[in-house]
Amino acid sequence: VSFNAVTAVLAIPAVAAALLALLPGYRLSARLNVLATLLTFLAALSLFFERPPTGPYILIDDLNNVFIVLTTFVGFTTSVFSASYIEHELETGRLTPAFLRFYHAMYQVLMFAMNLALVTNNIGVMWVGIELATLTTVLMVGIYRTHEALEAAWKYFILGSVGIALALFGTILIYMAAEPAIGTGPNAMVWTDLVAHAASFDPALLNLAFVFLLLGYGTKVGLVPLHAWLPDAHAEGPTPISAVLSGLLLNVALYALLRFKILLAANPNALAPGPLMIGMGLVSLLFASFMLYRRQDIKRMFAYSSIEHMGIVTFAFGMGGPLANFAGLLHMSLHSLTKSAIFFAVGDISQVKGTQKIADIGGLTSTNPVLGWGLVLGVVAIAGLPPLGIFTSEFLVVSSTFAREPLLALPLVLALLVSIGALFLRLNSIAFGEPRGPNHKARGSYVPMFAHLGLVLTAGIYLPAPLVAWFQNVARLLG
Amino acid sequence: MHALSFDIAHLLAGSLVLVSFMLLYQDRLYALLNIYALHALVLALAVASQAYVQDAPHLYITATIALVFKAIVIPVALHRMIVRLGIHREIETVVGIGPTMLLGIGLVALSMVVILRVTTEADPLAREDLAFALSVVLLGLLMMVTRRNVVSQVVGFMSLENGLVLAATGAKGMPFVVEISVAFSILIAFIVIGIFLFRIRERFDTVDVHALDRFRGERL
Repeated sequence: VSFNAVTAVLAIPAVAAALLALLPGYRLSARLNVLATLLTFLAALSLFFERPPTGPYILIDDLNNVFIVLTTFVGFTTSVFSASYIEHELETGRLTPAFLRFYHAMYQVLMFAMNLALVTNNIGVMWVGIELATLTTVLMVGIYRTHEALEAAWKYFILGSVGIALALFGTILIYMAAEPAIGTGPNAMVWTDLVAHAASFDPALLNLAFVFLLLGYGTKVGLVPLHAWLPDAHAEGPTPISAVLSGLLLNVALYALLRFKILLAANPNALAPGPLMIGMGLVSLLFASFMLYRRQDIKRMFAYSSIEHMGIVTFAFGMGGPLANFAGLLHMSLHSLTKSAIFFAVGDISQVKGTQKIADIGGLTSTNPVLGWGLVLGVVAIAGLPPLGIFTSEFLVVSSTFAREPLLALPLVLALLVSIGALFLRLNSIAFGEPRGPNHKARGSYVPMFAHLGLVLTAGIYLPAPLVAWFQNVARLLG
Repeated sequence: MHALSFDIAHLLAGSLVLVSFMLLYQDRLYALLNIYALHALVLALAVASQAYVQDAPHLYITATIALVFKAIVIPVALHRMIVRLGIHREIETVVGIGPTMLLGIGLVALSMVVILRVTTEADPLAREDLAFALSVVLLGLLMMVTRRNVVSQVVGFMSLENGLVLAATGAKGMPFVVEISVAFSILIAFIVIGIFLFRIRERFDTVDVHALDRFRGERL
């Protein structure tokens, strides 16, 4: 096996996980964690210039290249944030050094699992990667071992396992559909072979398989009504994990769905996956935007906001076509950056105020100006206001919907407005007004947060031409 | 000879659905565990018969895992855990047994209609196995949503997983079947260890999930 970038993307996290499991001393492991994610990110970047040939197990194309680079980048910045954040958890006694060692090792296992699911060409291996990623996040959500954390982990575990099981059933059905055309054996699970022969598959079996895959992987994306695990898991786990969950794991599950959408589109007699995705996306979007009003926990609120945005992305990919796909891809990338930046801010806020309750947090811009304005900027971005990048992508989603299905645009716009209202209502009491609550020193680094927000702002003002061309190419690939 | 092996495979897959129904109407945890052991035993036989019919020796590994791990190790471990943690031995249900059974019959009918209509082209053994497997999966899901105890939810999940293994072995020549059954065994071991290590009883005072609701962050 020759050494290439894909090997590096998989091997670096695997080796780092083993090392981190053995090394005592959290300062050293936090640094090693940062170093490993940085190296993985650099290896992923090199995929832009040189790709390994497509084989039965490895596939790098324009679509997953974007996902891999985004995943490794946010993985890197989150590890930088985590290094400065996690020390405080040790001081307050929420974590012990042994748990911290476990945390760092699991962080790398999670990176490995997500990269595996992204680079593989085999739908069975992809399933294994997503299962592994789910298991590691379950362990990390429960790491504080409080009542709430254990309950959240248990709920996530049970719902996640059901999702895994349904996705596996769908994968088995895809194999059964492919077997007569491709022949018995491993080739009937290779995605590129599946797409090449999809036209001759039994369409009814493909349809059934897609329903199971949509329900199974949709649980991981957090689509309503399969979202019940998501707010708890985000609220009770360590904040860096909330950032990785929202920013990355939801995307990886969505990526799996997109691969199967392309597969179905290759068979003219199979059902169009678009309407199903549009329906689930719209329901998630509407539900989450109204649920935003009742949130009393700051992390839970942003978790609902993630459901909302995954709804928008699923809706856009369901609409399909060059413009909507472009908008969906842009929205997904910018949401990852913005939401993880917000979670970095929220992590600092909960350390400063010693609570996650919105009622006990107030006047941040006067007591902690940098942090407070950082949060304001993040919320302005996530609400989709100009000049930040999410405005561009939401505008593209809305305008392409108006052009093709004006009736669908009405609930879309309604939900977007409702969520803006909810976000600013809460932001007003958190960031402005009388300072409330204690005011400990903030320890987390602000660099990752402002780096992300800077990228989002840049994307809103100027999108570089090569990036646009790349995304347009992927949008065509998605059909 | 072929007809006989077909009948045997058919009989075993059908029995698995029947045992899934038996799981639905148990009202004592120990009895539930015994029936689950029977479920795993039937699965082991069904997988072994598929291994013979398809002439696929690697499937015997999956059958052995089902026999040793699922039919013996897990029920014994759960049994001891119930004693050690002093878990309530009655199963609390959300819906009564009668309506649950009716729902179960509806789900089996649904999976028969869906699968048999969809797979008219496929190999008859594979399609009937698949229909039975989907029934077992749906009955497992039903059990998970109609039970309140953590242990019986876990048993529901394990029976669901048995349905998946049946589906995977029914698909002729499917790769990774052994790997998948190993992965699932690890997952189940995680769940069982999780109940024990997190001492759900100690933390929550009960292994009745209903009681966990009061810890939900936003109802404070």
